[in-house]
Amino acid sequence: MSLLTVRYLIDFAYLLAIVLFILALRWLSSPATARRGVLAGEIGAAVAVLATLANPQIVAYKWILVALLIGAIVGMPLGLVPMTAVPQRTALSHAFGALSAALIGISEYYVREPHITKFGMAEISLEVIIGGLSFTGSLIAAGKLQEVLPQRPITYRGQNFVSLSVLGLAVILALILILHPGDAYLFPFVVVVSLLFGVLLVTPIGGADMPTVISLLNSYVGLSAALLGFVLNNKVLIVAGALDGSSGFILSVIMCRAMNRSFTNVMFGAFGQVQSSAAAVEQGRTVRSATPEDAAAILSAASSVIVAPGYGMAVAQAQHKVRELFDILTKRGVDVKFAIHPVAGRMPGHMNVLLAEADIPYDKLLDMDAANPEFPHADVALVIGANDVTNPAARTDAGSPIYGMPILDVDKARTVMVIKRSLSPGFAGIDNPLYYLDKTLMLFGDAKTFVGDIVRELAGGSSA
Amino acid sequence: MPSHFISSVYVFVLAGFIGFEVIKHVSRLLHTPLMALTNALDAVVVVAAIIIAGRAQTPLSTILGLVAVAASFSNMVGGFLITDRMLRMFKLSRQKKP
Repeated sequence: MSLLTVRYLIDFAYLLAIVLFILALRWLSSPATARRGVLAGEIGAAVAVLATLANPQIVAYKWILVALLIGAIVGMPLGLVPMTAVPQRTALSHAFGALSAALIGISEYYVREPHITKFGMAEISLEVIIGGLSFTGSLIAAGKLQEVLPQRPITYRGQNFVSLSVLGLAVILALILILHPGDAYLFPFVVVVSLLFGVLLVTPIGGADMPTVISLLNSYVGLSAALLGFVLNNKVLIVAGALDGSSGFILSVIMCRAMNRSFTNVMFGAFGQVQSSAAAVEQGRTVRSATPEDAAAILSAASSVIVAPGYGMAVAQAQHKVRELFDILTKRGVDVKFAIHPVAGRMPGHMNVLLAEADIPYDKLLDMDAANPEFPHADVALVIGANDVTNPAARTDAGSPIYGMPILDVDKARTVMVIKRSLSPGFAGIDNPLYYLDKTLMLFGDAKTFVGDIVRELAGGSSA
Repeated sequence: MPSHFISSVYVFVLAGFIGFEVIKHVSRLLHTPLMALTNALDAVVVVAAIIIAGRAQTPLSTILGLVAVAASFSNMVGGFLITDRMLRMFKLSRQKKP
């Protein structure tokens, strides 16, 4: 086979991989076909990797095989993390993706330099800046999600000015390099400054905003891969990067809409600080609290129940107890459904995965748009570990920081029950008037224990 | 401007459109698996890393290339693995009963 034939065959293999990648995403349109999608993606990736190994440019195989082996050894445990750890695993894999894109760009620069065109330099600079900032930004996000870094936004005066100046510096250095590609000593500074910008960009963002940040970083990582495809004239990278980038972008838009915020507000608004004034509970309002026995009696008398879970449910590891409650109520003929707010959990779709892991069938999981028309017909709305996404102040109180945010209309159900440790405000530090409604019963306690007690009460009641 | 730049722009724009259209239709239930899967697909940068490392042009480019091979391949392996693990958990009510 001539070299040209080999090159055509490799290009054809890449095209096959691209088609399989698109099919993979296409089949994610339904849980019924989704696993087929993973298989298509796997075959596409395998085709691309094997075709690449046949590339005649490659002269040294030994270390590549070692590196692939190391990658597999690192990747396996990262594919086996518990479902609660998926957000930080995702952030870490964004970091790895950005790292490899940045490293390839850096390496390509030093291979071409000093015979590098202005155009090539512009492509490489942009690629390395985006790859670099996504790498450190994703590491910080992973650290916050893993709680090795503080969840609270870390802010100081003039922060946005400093961050944007650092980005400006990276751009200026890159521009000098584009005009004078010979000034190779400047290139490491471009790299370092973009790494620094990634840290400055994500550090001030609070834990509550992580679903948006993780989606935005996803988009950046895709963009850096696509740019790398431009640098290397590799179409499979351009397509995979464009798919990844558009996916991250769509998810960021969904997350922003779900919180009624703009990109700039998320990135530069330092949301999530506890505002002491908002946290101060007004005097004179009373709450009604109830015992597990009361809750069990109300639930067993109901004909339809909608559960509104939040991340607090996962923190308390209560999802398996919730499934027991689901089973026992369903067996008694109660219609139990789950209402999932888009930002319930720490990344897009996280709550669905946590509930699916607990063996709750996915046809019982309703997204916000499907759930809200159902609340007025529900006998009981049971809120577990969710706070801000059920706060009616978002609808009515124009002074509230979350005013305008779409919420789950739990307050429209006949009775509302809220499992919560105390009356303390949630992540965003905003008081929730839901708790003071006449129809609301507060179930104070740990979510796992409390749900377990309700289940025991229901089970005991049926055997007696 | 290299001659392949325009064709690259074509590919990027069209792939972006396909991405938007396809991902718009991804089930809302599956946004976490979607992100895990696109991560795994994006890890196809491993092919560029393999070429950079395998050309063995300078020690620096080889070492950077090898680190990139390991980093992106770990994403590929881990990404597909966790996506499949998540998707296996999604069951319908009627599938649940043994």
